[in-house]
Amino acid sequence: MEAEVQEISEHLRQYPPFDRLDRKWLDQIAARTDVAYYREGSMIQEYGEPIDTLRYIRSGAVEIYRHNGELYNRIGEGDIFGHTGLLHNRRVRFPVRAIEDTLIYLIPADIFDRLCEEDDQFADFVELSGPRLQATVEQNERENDLMVSRVRRLLTRSPVSIEENATVHEAARSMTDHHVSSILLLSRAEGGDERAFAGEEDGHWRLSGILTDQDLRARVLAAGLSGETPLAEIKHDRLITIQSDESVYEAMLAMLRNNVHHLPVLHRRRPVGVVHLSDIVRYETHSSLYLVSNIFNQGSVKGLARLMPDVRAAFVRLVDDGATSQMIGQAMSSIGRSLIRRLIELAEAELGPPPVPYCFMVNGSMARNDQTIATDQDNALILDDSFDPEQHDAWFAALAERVSDGLHACGYPYCNGGIMGTNPKWRQPLSVWRRYFEEWIDKPDPEKLLHSSIFFDLEAVHGEERFVEQLQDLIAQRASQSPLFLAALARNALNRTPPLGFFRTFVMEKDGQHNNSINLKRRGTAPLVDVIRVHALAIGSRSQTSFDRLDDIVKANSLPAGQADKLRYALEFISMVRIRHQAHDLKHHHAPDNNIEPENVSDGERHNLKDAFQVLSNAQKFLRFRYPMPNR
Amino acid sequence: MSNPQPEESTWAAFFADKARRCQDPALRAFYAAGVPGPQTPLCDVPLVALDLETTGLDVHRHAIVSIGLVPFDLRRIRPSAGRYWVVRPQRPLDEASIRFHRITHAEVAHAPDIDAVLDELLAELSGRLVVVHYRGIERPFLDAAVQDRRGERCLFPLIDTMSIEAREVRQGGWNRLKGMLRGAPTSIRLSDTRARYGLPAYSAHHAKLDALATAELLQAQIARHYSPDTPVGELWE
Repeated sequence: MEAEVQEISEHLRQYPPFDRLDRKWLDQIAARTDVAYYREGSMIQEYGEPIDTLRYIRSGAVEIYRHNGELYNRIGEGDIFGHTGLLHNRRVRFPVRAIEDTLIYLIPADIFDRLCEEDDQFADFVELSGPRLQATVEQNERENDLMVSRVRRLLTRSPVSIEENATVHEAARSMTDHHVSSILLLSRAEGGDERAFAGEEDGHWRLSGILTDQDLRARVLAAGLSGETPLAEIKHDRLITIQSDESVYEAMLAMLRNNVHHLPVLHRRRPVGVVHLSDIVRYETHSSLYLVSNIFNQGSVKGLARLMPDVRAAFVRLVDDGATSQMIGQAMSSIGRSLIRRLIELAEAELGPPPVPYCFMVNGSMARNDQTIATDQDNALILDDSFDPEQHDAWFAALAERVSDGLHACGYPYCNGGIMGTNPKWRQPLSVWRRYFEEWIDKPDPEKLLHSSIFFDLEAVHGEERFVEQLQDLIAQRASQSPLFLAALARNALNRTPPLGFFRTFVMEKDGQHNNSINLKRRGTAPLVDVIRVHALAIGSRSQTSFDRLDDIVKANSLPAGQADKLRYALEFISMVRIRHQAHDLKHHHAPDNNIEPENVSDGERHNLKDAFQVLSNAQKFLRFRYPMPNR
Repeated sequence: MSNPQPEESTWAAFFADKARRCQDPALRAFYAAGVPGPQTPLCDVPLVALDLETTGLDVHRHAIVSIGLVPFDLRRIRPSAGRYWVVRPQRPLDEASIRFHRITHAEVAHAPDIDAVLDELLAELSGRLVVVHYRGIERPFLDAAVQDRRGERCLFPLIDTMSIEAREVRQGGWNRLKGMLRGAPTSIRLSDTRARYGLPAYSAHHAKLDALATAELLQAQIARHYSPDTPVGELWE
């Protein structure tokens, strides 16, 4: 191989999408690559001109523009451009100008075509934004599907088994030889038997039972049976099994429900192992499930606060396990809700029973099930209409204060906006809450809505759930009928815009300005959630999580085809980047926040984030057009 | 320059004369392809970057070890259409030059004499204006090798990116800047010069890679100091 081929291929392999290609591909590309130099300020490609090569930036930087001259992107060493034109009639779609002296590698179109055809990763990368983001998110979900808490993950060895017409003695010897506390019993089966699986060497078998140490004691020794007793005579009538792709949680439930400690695990009909209750306990000790039960065992705020390192560890573990943002959000939210429930229980134990029925409500991220780790508290109290402030408010004020202080002690800081039950305004009877919502919806004022939109994500945590349900019904019915309200909400959803993308160690804004970091919540997930909420309220959806809302939107057919999916992929991707950075902060003993520095964003993340920001930006433009201010 | 050379204005006449009188067919074809007129705009001239690695700098004592070339024009450089040969020098390879070029005794031992690649080399150069970085190597060494093997002269006009740089450094802002800072004189070596144009560092001293590096440099120099319409006669020597 010639030196310049090696030189070019060495450079390509450091950057996506080339970093995923094998050596052979890289050398083929490098051997056909041409080179061109562009002085700072000169046009590299003009709109509509023919294009027959993919352009790769070897050094320097360029700006890409839309047809209308608007800045589309600024990219540097290792980035590519021209692929959109190659995919569309071989005409330049986006004009490009060198903003520094730039050396470009030119990769012939025929190689580009072959790469797109033969390498899916490459094709996904150069496709228009939707598919690339979609491919990344779906791949994460697939990988996650294999990893997260499937029962088969607990299996450490293949099962030990024996024919059921063997004797108890033979079974006991085999168990001893293999150091196992249970053995699977097999019986011969006909090929047509629907429970049968093919043996490794001969014929068909089916799983007919399981013999455990405990059975040897209870069913053999205690019953005075001899070691020569055939296994078939002492086996249980009923066999409880679980499929290998069920969740660990399901396995645990199956054991508790049936009071067994050993559970044969099947892949279809073939036994692939046995899970013991202790395997699950060991696994769950570090999980959110265990945490939740531990929360309810704590007798004081101090005790609860001591669990917080475990909460952070559970969060990091979920991230490392490759869980999706939905799973993590759900886990963190249920931990938060359990914490509130326990704080209420502790408070009620001291304050005595509530003077009138009430509901403790959470709002914002906890209601949407998308909490992460750095999050403040948003809650409120809905009281029964028999509430009399003179008589009853002291009790509820005390309750709210205890919960709020407790949450603060556990690392959920007080809400800056005062959205807490400690605020008398948010500690009111149901009828007052109804009036609040009626006023927000019927006389919408964007300024006021800015502070109250958080109440449009609401979920009961404790007490009379029907109070919250009634408010949810009210919102679902009224909001969809009020174009003015939707328009005001939509206008607020445009307040926080995404950046254009990243350039080197900077966040690049739409006007080309640079920033050193980006708040992914403020500039990404929060506005996406806002956009989704508007669409959901417009169709009368009662769902509270963004992903459920998107499902409702798809069912209602209220967005152009594919739009809801794009929003879903964008939300999932930005959420995961945010979550991963928080986990990274935790692992390195930094306080987790929502700020991301571009130098900590990988090349792959940059491309996908750029696409996700674009999805958000388009969705905001659509929102403006879809929910216009009605003329009054 | 020790070799007598035709005046620039007479390059065309020189080529025409040689094309009539040369005995060697490869050389005759090379000269017959001619040279562009001195008024031809640079953007219309087919170029070829040429780099030779030699056992030393003295054309009388040292010999060619490898040859790299890359055809290009002001729009596009085409390394894929370039060539690279290792040839066996008649004088022995010393250790220092092995370290320098990373070409080993074994590679050289199996390489052909330069005579075996001359026909192909001359065909690649035909009809293209040669571009080098430092004119003191390629033209004299190639001329000496051709005289030795074919008994005739091989001379041609060329553009020297080092001369262009020397001119710019002497006249341009670089010199004044350096003067102000009282620093070392500006280096016009290939890699240092490239860095001033934002060109990346290549792992140097491979003839074809250096030819590619030279082609990139010329594009950069023309983009910065000249224009695609600059008459070629202003730059060749």
